[in-house]
Order: sequence, then C-alpha cells, then structure tokens
Amino acid sequence: MTKYLAKRLLLSLLTLFIITFTLFVLIRIMPGDPFPVERMSAEMIALKRLELGLDKPILVQFADYMGMLASGDFGNGTSLYNGAPITPILLTCLENSFKIGVLAIFCGTTVGLFLGIVAALNRGKFLDGLCTVFSIFGVCVPSYVFMIFLQYFFAYQIPFFPYFFDPGDFLLSAVMPSLSLSLLSMSTVSRFTRNEMIEVMASDYVKLAESKGLYGFRLIRAHVLRNALIPVVTVIAPLVVDLLTGAMVMEKIYGVNGVGKLMVDAIAGDGIDYNYVLALSMVFSALYIGAMLALDILYGIIDPRIRLSAKEG
Amino acid sequence: METASYTPTAADFRFLRRDGANIDENFASQGYWKGVVRHFSRNKFAVTGVILVALIFLFAVLAPMVSSYSYQEIVSVTDSHGKELVASSLSPQIAGAGEGVFADRTFLFGTDDMGRDLWTRVWQGARVSLLIAFVAILIDMLIGTSYGLISGFFGGLVDDAMQRFIEIAGSIPTLVIISVLAIFMDKGIGLVIAALLVTEWIGMSKIARAECLKLKEREYVLASRTLGAGSAHIIFRQILPNTIGPMITQVMFSIPVAIFTEAFLSFVGVGIVLPGCSIGSLIEAGFNNITIMPYQILPPITVLALLMLGFNLIGDGFREALAPKLADM
Repeated sequence: MTKYLAKRLLLSLLTLFIITFTLFVLIRIMPGDPFPVERMSAEMIALKRLELGLDKPILVQFADYMGMLASGDFGNGTSLYNGAPITPILLTCLENSFKIGVLAIFCGTTVGLFLGIVAALNRGKFLDGLCTVFSIFGVCVPSYVFMIFLQYFFAYQIPFFPYFFDPGDFLLSAVMPSLSLSLLSMSTVSRFTRNEMIEVMASDYVKLAESKGLYGFRLIRAHVLRNALIPVVTVIAPLVVDLLTGAMVMEKIYGVNGVGKLMVDAIAGDGIDYNYVLALSMVFSALYIGAMLALDILYGIIDPRIRLSAKEG
Repeated sequence: METASYTPTAADFRFLRRDGANIDENFASQGYWKGVVRHFSRNKFAVTGVILVALIFLFAVLAPMVSSYSYQEIVSVTDSHGKELVASSLSPQIAGAGEGVFADRTFLFGTDDMGRDLWTRVWQGARVSLLIAFVAILIDMLIGTSYGLISGFFGGLVDDAMQRFIEIAGSIPTLVIISVLAIFMDKGIGLVIAALLVTEWIGMSKIARAECLKLKEREYVLASRTLGAGSAHIIFRQILPNTIGPMITQVMFSIPVAIFTEAFLSFVGVGIVLPGCSIGSLIEAGFNNITIMPYQILPPITVLALLMLGFNLIGDGFREALAPKLADM
C-alpha cells in the first residue's frame, strides 16, 4: 500500500509540474508584454522587462518562479487589483470557495446517498419514482438555473436568505450557494447509489446472507452498502471537478469573493492577467489532482481487494 | 396402395389462430438493430426525448427565418415628433393586443432591454447550441474514436505512451484549459469549440479503447489478419462497426455536456459576446435584469433545460436499448 501510494503521489506531483511548466512556457512565448506599452517609451519598456526578469531565458525565469513558489509567493498581478501581491488575495478567495465547496460536497454526497438508499429500498414504489424524477431534473437542468431561481424566490421575493454571500454571516448566507451547487452531485450520487444497491441486492451473496437470517439495517450495512459504495466513489471524482466549474457560476450569481470569480476576472476582463491565470491554474490543478488522489486512497479503504492487488503490482 | 398425388397449395398452410398470438416474439431471432429500434421506440422517455429535440431543432431552424426581425435588430419606430422610440423590455405581446406605439407588433417572448425581439434571439441561441452539439459529435467520432481504437489495437508501447498522455491531459481541469485558450484566442464561438476540442474526446477514447481491447481477440479479426488484411482495414472495417453501440450512447451523453459548456462559458462572459447570442448569453442578460424583468430569463432557461433533458433521455434510451439488462426485459 505504501509503495502504491508513493507511486501515485510521485505521479501526481509530476503531472502538476508538467502542467505548470507547460503553462509557464505558453504564457512566456506569447507575443506582447504583460503591461500596457502604449504610453511607454522604448527605454521604459526595456527597464520594465528587466525589472520583471523577462529578459532572461525562459528556463531561468521558470526556475526563479519555482523558487518564489517555494516560499509561498505567487508574485504580483499584471493588471488585476493594480498589481497587488497575489498570495493574500488568493488565500482569501480560496477560503471562501473552499468552505462553500466542502459544504456542497458534504451535502451532495450525504443527501444523495440517503436518497439513493431510500429509492433502492422502495424500488418501484412512490418514493422511488420521486427520487428518480428528482435525479433526472438534477442532471438535466444546469445548476445555475437552480441558483438563479433560489436566489430570486428565497432572497428577493421572500427575503429570508441574504441575496449575496457574506463571509461575516457565513451560516445563513452559505445555505443557498452550497445547496444549489450540490444539486448535480446529489442527483448523480443518488441515481448511482440506487442502481448499484439494486444490483447488489439481487446478488447471490446477499441472498445467502438473507438465508442465514440477516435482515434489516445490518444486512444493508454489512453486505449491501459496502459493495454498492465502490462504484459510487468513482463518480464523486468527476463531480469534484464539476464543482469547480459550477463554483465559477455560483460565485458570479451569489457574489462570492472566491477563486472562480477571480479566474473569471482574470480572463474575461479587458486585459488578461497572466500571473493570476498561472497561479489559479496551478491551484485548480492541484485541487483536482489532490481530490483524485484522495479518492484513490478512499477506494482502497472501502475495497480491500484493490489494496491487495495494488500490493502485488 | 398408392395415395393419390396431391400438390399442397398455400391455403393448406395457415395459422390456426388468425391474430398471430402463437408466434413466439419473445425468443424469436431478430436482427440486432431491429431489436435496438424496437426497444428504443417502446421506451416512453426516449421517444419523449426525440420529440423534444426534434421540436427544438425545428424551431431553431425555422423561427429565425420566418421571424420579421433579425436577432441583432433593435426594434424602433419614429413618432410624430421625429423622436426615435425603442421597443425595450416589452412584455410578451401579440399584434393588436399590446399598448402604445408598438401595439401592432408581435413579440412572443417580449423584447430585451436593448429592444431586440427575444423570440428570434432565443431560437438563434438554440441554433448555436445545436451547432455545438454537432461539433461535439464530430469531436467524439473523429478524435476520440480514432485515438481509442489505435491505442487499444496496437497495445504495448504505443498504448502505454498514449494512455500516459491521456492521464496527464485528463488531470488538467477544463477551467485551466479554457483560461489558457482565452489567452491565445478571442472570446467567441471559436474559443468554445477549441475548449471542446481539447477536452471532449477523452471520455470517448477510453470507451473506444476498452471496446477495441475486447474485440481484437475475436476470431474474425484473426481470420481477417490471416487473409492478409492490414491494420487500418481491421481497425476501421472490422472493429469499428462493432463498437458503434457503446459509442452512440457515449456521444448522446457528451452532447448535453457540450451544450452546457457553451452555456456556462457564455454565462461567465468568455463565450459568445454581444451582439451575437447564445442560450448562455441570453441567460446572463436575463439574470442581470431578473429583479426588474424576471420573465426575460424564462425562455432561454426553458429551452436549455428541455434540450439537455431531451438529449439525456435519448442517451438513457440508447443505453438501455443497446445493452438491455435482464431486469429491464
């Protein structure tokens, strides 16, 4: 297991490094300068380039950048926030996004699992139909439709929740953003759990357990759920990524000062802030790769067979 | 004793029961595709999906052509004082039933804040979504399929290298790819298509590879090889036709993803920009005015939701029809 983990960790770091390097080179070989050149004389441009270290070879620049990163410094923005240092802004945004994201994942998986189990145990009955309709809608209707309607009805028409997200009033103002963000994962997880549970419940070993006299909650927990959960864990990985994408829209709608909004600001404005794009891309990739790694480990915990085969391989 | 010679006529062979109930339909052999079509057309949800998509397609093609406004046109009249009045933010109305200077105009979905006819714009936006759907099909079919088939067929070192590449490419979040593309390209439909081009094929290539690994061990491939067929012939003429089933399902599911990607990009302001329009940009415009004119957001959202629902239902229908599980029978 340790060897397998070390291998996975190394591969993840390598991937992250390749992504960062490619992005860095791509951005550096772009024609033009990352600062407004219209009102600058040739000497000023040369001076500015010297100051930013743009005159050095790309590889040296990359090494410098890596050195900076090692000390936790992402450098300064090129156009956003008048070129203020990126790190403190990024940290604030990360905190906001992270809180809502974790809440959304938690909400999505627990409620999704619950709905899936309820639907599977009531297969073919009214509750099952209700859960199916809900999951179809959750998958088909883009989450931002829910976000807009939630906001319109429960913050504007009935002013119960705050219209915008406010870190100072986290509990109340995070309800709608995280709930609407979790709808996609909720419905996907519930649909998957339902189908897996039904398949497992029809299997021979569950029939054996039943004929031994096991029933009710113990049967479900010990024999059905554990086996049904394995494939469910695999769908959570892509959902974490969707969450990142969803967060971009969610942050725009609820006015959250988060990484998604920061990314939109960096690319959708008039000028593109290269340093923000670079920093955010790294953060996103690291989050994504980290989530994949975590899920791989989780997979091993749930299913001992995978642990064993990893030990051999 | 010799029996009289008798030639049987058609009348001697008839069904005992006229209604044909004694024909065994459950276990009768039938062609693969015939079975698929039958299974599919019996699925109420799948048929609903087909109807939804067909209707939206029809409106998207016809509505902008028939409409008396173009989707970019700002509707205005000059009144008796020579002042120009713009038909901005009108509620839905049909000719003769409205009020004011625009009483004789028809705006089925009303007009937006700039005075453009929303009916025309929504269907123009649906055109963009359908174009994106078409692009997604092409990407899946051309890039994803070839990549997966080649990787699966040749195996060994080629497969290893191609799979490592996918592993790395697959672990780059779509958002990062889009932002890098945004650096190099102008905002617009080109950016959306480029983003799809880079990300959409991975899922399909995995499925094509898995199918190919399964099929290449079959006898008919060996037979073809023995007869002297080259790799290209085997891949595209022997293996490809047999992988069509799972591929159609995959294509059907990647269409809504592509449509959503466009709507999402346009919504955050990286996709289609004004005065062009797509479902995403219309939703964004509606969202910005939601507290003043909440009805403006309804048409694009409904069309988007129905389109996604339609394609998802078709995909589900295909999946069940192509690989019916015993439980569904």
